[in-house]
This record gives sequence, C-alpha cells and structure tokens, in this order.
Amino acid sequence: MGSKLHLGAALDGAGWHPAAWREPNSRPAELFTPAYWTDLATTAQRGLLDFVTIDDSLSVPGDRRAPTDGALDRVRARIDAQLIAARIAPVTRHLGLIPTITTTHTEPFHVSKAIATLDYTSRGRAGWQARVSGTAAEAAHFGRRPLRELTAAELAEVAAAGTFPDFVHDRFAEAADAVEVVRRLWDSWEDGAEIRDVATRRFIDRDKLHYIDFQGRHFGVRGPSITPRPPQGQPVVTALAHAPLIYEFAARGADLVFVTPTREAGPAPILEQVAAAAAQVGRAGEALRVYADLVVFLDSDQETGPHRLARLNEASGAEFGSDAPIFAGSADELAELLIEWSAQGVDGFRLRPGVAVDDLAAIADRLVPALQQRGVFRTGYPDGSLRALLDLPTTVPNRYATA
Amino acid sequence: MSTPRKQVILGAYLGGVNHHTAWWHPEAGSQIDFSSFEHTARTAERGKFDFFFLAEGLALRERAGEIFDQDIIGRPDTLTVLASLAAVTEHLGLAGTINTTFNEPYELARQFASLDHLSGGRAAWNVVTSFDAFTGQNFRRGGFLDPADRYVRAEETLSAVRVLWDSWSAADLVADKATGRYLGRPDAGAFAFHGSQFDIAGRFTVPRSPQGRPVILQAGVSPQGRDFAAANADAIFSPYAELREAAKFYRDIKARAVASGRAADDIKILPSASFVLGDTEAEAVEKYHAVRNEQVTGQTALILLEQIWNRDLSGYDPEGPVPDIDPDPDAAPIIQGRAFVHQDRFATVRRLREVAEAKKLTLREVVIDQFERGPLVGTPAQVAEQIDTFVQDNGSDGFILGSHLVPWGLDEFVDKVVPLLQDRGALRTEYTGTTLRDNLGLRAARTATTVSAGT
Ligand SMILES: Cc1cc2nc3c(=O)[nH]c(=O)nc-3n(C[C@H](O)[C@H](O)[C@H](O)COP(=O)(O)O)c2cc1C
Repeated sequence: MGSKLHLGAALDGAGWHPAAWREPNSRPAELFTPAYWTDLATTAQRGLLDFVTIDDSLSVPGDRRAPTDGALDRVRARIDAQLIAARIAPVTRHLGLIPTITTTHTEPFHVSKAIATLDYTSRGRAGWQARVSGTAAEAAHFGRRPLRELTAAELAEVAAAGTFPDFVHDRFAEAADAVEVVRRLWDSWEDGAEIRDVATRRFIDRDKLHYIDFQGRHFGVRGPSITPRPPQGQPVVTALAHAPLIYEFAARGADLVFVTPTREAGPAPILEQVAAAAAQVGRAGEALRVYADLVVFLDSDQETGPHRLARLNEASGAEFGSDAPIFAGSADELAELLIEWSAQGVDGFRLRPGVAVDDLAAIADRLVPALQQRGVFRTGYPDGSLRALLDLPTTVPNRYATA
Repeated sequence: MSTPRKQVILGAYLGGVNHHTAWWHPEAGSQIDFSSFEHTARTAERGKFDFFFLAEGLALRERAGEIFDQDIIGRPDTLTVLASLAAVTEHLGLAGTINTTFNEPYELARQFASLDHLSGGRAAWNVVTSFDAFTGQNFRRGGFLDPADRYVRAEETLSAVRVLWDSWSAADLVADKATGRYLGRPDAGAFAFHGSQFDIAGRFTVPRSPQGRPVILQAGVSPQGRDFAAANADAIFSPYAELREAAKFYRDIKARAVASGRAADDIKILPSASFVLGDTEAEAVEKYHAVRNEQVTGQTALILLEQIWNRDLSGYDPEGPVPDIDPDPDAAPIIQGRAFVHQDRFATVRRLREVAEAKKLTLREVVIDQFERGPLVGTPAQVAEQIDTFVQDNGSDGFILGSHLVPWGLDEFVDKVVPLLQDRGALRTEYTGTTLRDNLGLRAARTATTVSAGT
C-alpha cells in the first residue's frame, strides 16, 4: 500500500469560474436551496473525498481585483456557509465539513460554539476555515470601526517585496487571537465534565470546567464555553494563505494551510516559506499540513477541459484569473500532477471545481478512479472523525486538564 | 356552516438549563447530542406541531462566583442545531432565541435569512434583549449596554434586520442562462440604515428568502417589552398560566397591537407549559407532585429564592419558613447568567410570604407552588380539554410545550393528546401551508415596506 493522497474540494456557489452558473448542468436559481448543497455533498462523498470547504465572506462574492459592482451577469449573492454545513451534516456520514467563518467582525465565542455544535451534529466531522475580513465594505456592514484597505501603492509594495503595512499585521494578530480563543473555548470543558451524580445532585464536576481568561491586545474573553468539548476535542482549523505573514498566522493556529503554488515553480518555494513561518512563530507539536489549491476544469465526454475553460471565458467576457493555479485537462494528467506535487512534500490538495456541478462530478467519477488505479487514494471510507481521515492525531490533549 | 374552531398553535421545546428538566431520570438522554434534538423535533412534527424552539444563554450560570453544578449545564449553538434539524424535518418551524446585544444586524439578518432558505421557509427568530456585564465578559465587545437601552438596541436591530431582508425583492434573482443575466438590477441588496445604535450601509448578499421575513417571536413582559412585541412580533411568549391573568395579558397585547396599527390577529400569544399525563386524574396528579418534589430539592429551592433575595440563603432550612429578611437589590448579584424576570423583588417576596402563610407551606413547598410554568396535568382527555378551552377562551393562541424528560417526553403527548385535539377540530391533521408563516395563520410578509430608522 502506497502512501495515500489527501483530497478535498472547495465549494463556492455555482463554481469558481464567474460564468459557471450558465453551464447546462448548473442550477443557478437553486444556489440557496438545501437540495443544491446536499447534492454536491453527496457527490463529494461518492468520490470518497476527505472534506468540502464552503466559501463565505461578509460581502458580495467575487474577485476583489476585478470589482463587479454594477454587473448583472455575476452571482453576487451567497448564504451563510456555517449553516449550509449544518444543513448537510445529518445527510452525510463521512465527509468533513469545513465552512469559512470570518474573524474580524465575528465574536469568537459564537464561532467556537457554532463549530463545536457542527462537530456534534456531524458526529465528529467539523472543521473551520478562518478568514480575515479585509475590506472596507465588510466593515461598513457592521459600522463599528472603519477598516483601511490596502492602497494601490501598498498593494504594489506587497507584490514586489512581500511585506505588509502595520495595520495588516495587526489584523492578522487579532485573527490569531480569535483562533486562540476559539480553541481555548473548545478545551474549556474537559472530557467527562458531565458526571450526572444523582447522589449529590451534581450534573457536572465544576473542577473540569475552566475559565479561559484570555486577555489579548485587542479583546478579552472569559469563558468557559456554553457548549461542552466537541467530539473531536479540537475540530480541524484551516486557513488559506498566500504570503509569509499569512503562513505565520496559519502556523500559529491552524492544522491545515491551503496554499497556491504556481504551475511553473511548483510547490517547493512555498513549502520552504511555510516551514520558515512555522519556525518563526515557534510552532511546536503537530506539523502544519500544507494543501495545494488548484482550480480545475476537467475533460468531459464531449469536450476537453481547455475547451470548456475557453468557452466559459467567452461567456464571461474575460480571461479567467485566479489566486490558485488553474488546471484544465484530463483526470489522468491531473492525477499525475497531484502525485508529482505530493512527492515534493505537499500533504494534500484542495480542488476548486471551475463549475461546481460538472467538475465535482468529474473529480468523483474520473479523477478519484484515476488516483485509485495508481494506488494513491482510498477505495472506501474508514469509520472515524475528520481528524482521523486527515491523519491528524485523534486524541487531542486538553490544555486545561490536570490529571 | 359553523365557524371553524380556533386552531391551537403548538411549539415544542427541549428542556434545558433549569431545574425542570429531570436529568437524573434513568431514561434521560443527552442534552447536547444531535440525536436528542432530532428525536424531539421529529416527534413534534409527527404531532403536527407548528415549531420547535430553542432558548439561549451565553454564559454558564454562577452562584457566588462558582459555576452552577446542580442543574443541567451546557447547550449547543442555536442556529447550527436548527439548520441541522432542517435536514431531518419537512414542515416544522425552526425557532431560535438570539439576543440583540451580542450580535450585529448584518449577521443576524444573514443567518436567519440563510436558515429560511435552507429550511424552505421555516425560520423564526425569538428576539430577546438580554444584557448584562457578566455575559458580556464572553464577548469582545463586552457588557457595554446600559439596561435602559436594551429595547432601543433591540428595536433598531430588528428594524435594521428588516431593511436587510427587504433589500432583495423576489424579482431580483433572474438567473437566466440564455441572456446571461443573473440579477434583475445591479444594486440588488443595497441598503443603508442610520440610527442611534447603528450606522451601516452596503450590500446584503442573501436573496429574498421563502418567507421574505422570517417569523419574529418575542419574550418579555415589561411594558416596554409588550409594546415592542405588539408593534413588531408575530408571536409573543406569555408568562401566564392562569386563565384570568392570561386573558388579561392576551387582551392587553392584542390592544397594543391594534394601537400600533396592526390587526389583533397579527400577533399570536403563546404561554410555555409542561405536562404530566396519567391514566386517571389521580394518577396524573400524583405523578405531577412526585416530579415536582424531585425537581425542587431543598438546595434548588434556596437557590431559586437567592435569585430574588439576592442574598446567600444557604443557612436557611428548606423545610422551614420563608426567610424573614428583606431582599438586597443593591448588592452584587449572587446568581449570575440567568435571565431575571422578577421586576419587583419586594413584591415577589411579599407574595411568597402570603402564599406560604395562607397555604401553610414550607420554603421548599412555596417554591414548588409558585415557580411553575403552567402545568397541564390530567388524563389525555383532560389535558386536551384544558388546552382547547384555554385557547378558545382567549387565554392564548396556543402553547409551547416541554417535557421534563429529554428527549422522550414529548412522545406521550403526541401519541395520546394530539389525536384528541385533532378529534376536537382544534389541531390540523395534515400540514397545509408550506411555510411557518402559513402554518401559523399569519399573513405573508409585506415586501419592502419602509421602516423607520429610529432616532
Ligand atoms: C418566556 C420567556 C422566555 C425567555 N427566554 C429567554 C432566553 O431564552 N434567553 C434569554 O437570554 N432571555 C430570555 N428571556 C428574557 C427576556 O429576553 C427579557 O430579557 C426579560 O424577559 C426581561 O425583559 P422584560 O423586562 O421586557 O420582561 C425570556 C423571557 C420570557 C418571559
């Protein structure tokens, strides 16, 4: 048995291509219905995938680099990813469910109990993609504090030198605090805190509940959580990152980081940067797992991947661009690429279906069999939690446990 | 043709963090595992209930600075449970209590509209105003809110949420593949709201949900709370179980609704109630007393009184008289993290003393007698009759029912009482509407009405 690949899918509305909703199989009017999401989850589970992430933000979806204000031809709508994940949970059995929840305007206390509860309703399959809300638009939706965005000059500086202005550092420091608070709240109940001791009428052993008393530079949270420690102990925390500052954020608090190598350079330079970031923040314990993101347009019976992509580009009137590398081609070619990048040290992959319905089905029905033939992907789900599926330790020590 | 019988509205709740829930019962299940919620919700749906309801608490209760260990502790996240329940039910409304202090209008609007989409139009929000610095310690924004401001913020929150819900009309979602037109207008979801609490603007991302506006419930009994509910809510929880008091509350709320320009029928009034059934009346009464006696231990009785007295009463004998000292409203609170519903401590104390004296009750017995939530006790036929009569006599429009036994307690009610209510013509035998609003007999939400933005 060769070493097995880890494979998840990233769901975002009708797909990652702006014209995805216009494809014949797409269901653009149903993007807000439960059936659409349970069908996608069922497909992902048919493909034995490790997980799906569900994208979200507190502003209109779309490419920040290409503002779509005023556009009528884009899906400029979405619903809450955490609730989509919760809606999917009871109708799936094995698939990991990783909604995006933003940290900047959201209360960590709410995030912690929401993901813990998703872990209960999915019976141990919850994760969280932590995301910073960076836009002034999102800040205006809350009106509590104005938020600066990077100016064009600062963006150029970031691109050239890879360094961010101080306010961006602050925002990620705050996000790191939010992740820390969420994790401490998950540990704020020890396992077995509920004792139901009828003789003394004690429902819990209060010595097994802990105030987290977090006091950071930006905010404080006392705890404990109102929700007992979730089945996985610590649900899986993930983050998408494109730069050393964000690798450091991920190295501080995440289990998995989603990265975006270029096709030309491959993953090696990023793997080095992630390792450096982990060393920089003094990460101890489990290594940060690095997953490469790829947007995929796979061959269909009628059409090659590149043809599909070209047709979609024509429909949207622009060349498709993405932060992640774009793959258009056959399942076999993609299988080879994944195996090659695996060999370079990538722990797993998160594929972003260009067209959700079509490319997710192609991942399940073409790519996964191609990987199975090569002996690098499972042929059935084992029983167990998402952590187990991802080869993360399934027993997570509780930081507050004394015994 | 005779006029159709007034239909009884039924909600179900899962007993949680309080002394009513018999966690020590050998058959009592988990308060957290999804299976408990799933069973109760499926049972309620089998009984053709209107909705399933979850309460909220955002800090573990404390007594004298120590986490409370006598009752059930811990609850899951409301919206997550409701969204998961949407997967295992088809018709049941899904109602969640979420306060307006520790949440922002943009996220509240988004979450409830999303739940409404994901449940096909079954979402309801119980808007509560709970505030306190103690709970605030769990939130980055802290316990900043002055108690006097809580309904100001609640009103503005609800107004802002409605502005957001109304920022999309049904026509804005075109999704026409042929023409490539996804939106009906470029500024679908554009909103602005300016008030004393919020100054927000931008784009709401959630298209109009099946109910347009999810159903609004409200719980609060102060004059301010009543006015707020009468003007805004589709239903209000009534704290009154006794018909005369309840009917007075009923008339008051309906009158306030009319005064604020709505129809009396636009707001439903729902007391919460527990039930105990027996094959004979005597058996039910005996069972009821046994349950209550077990629920209210001496320690629980003292703790409930400490909440009113705001003093350490642990030195008092539960089987002795009601404490003869006065409450101490100005001291630091001894019980923290519990919604406080006694407006006037001194009046409550007076009442407890009078009842104890008149009925010759010990401290513990008077707590049993006075801290009850409208028990429905009797044979199934008697309980069906009690419910139906209470509703036909305008004590309420229905009930929110909970059992002391989680998660199995509701089964008995659905098996035995529901068919009798159906025989009386007071409860549907099939769901007729597609949304919760339909099932509650509420008119469809108005679209895009202008909402005043407060001051
Ligand atoms: C029947 C009922 C149920 C309530 N449920 C909750 C709840 O679940 N969570 C909460 O924080 N407050 C709850 N409350 C408290 C109310 O939100 C409110 O804070 C309290 O009633 C005081 O408001 P008032 O002065 O208008 O009565 C409830 C109140 C009543 C009467």
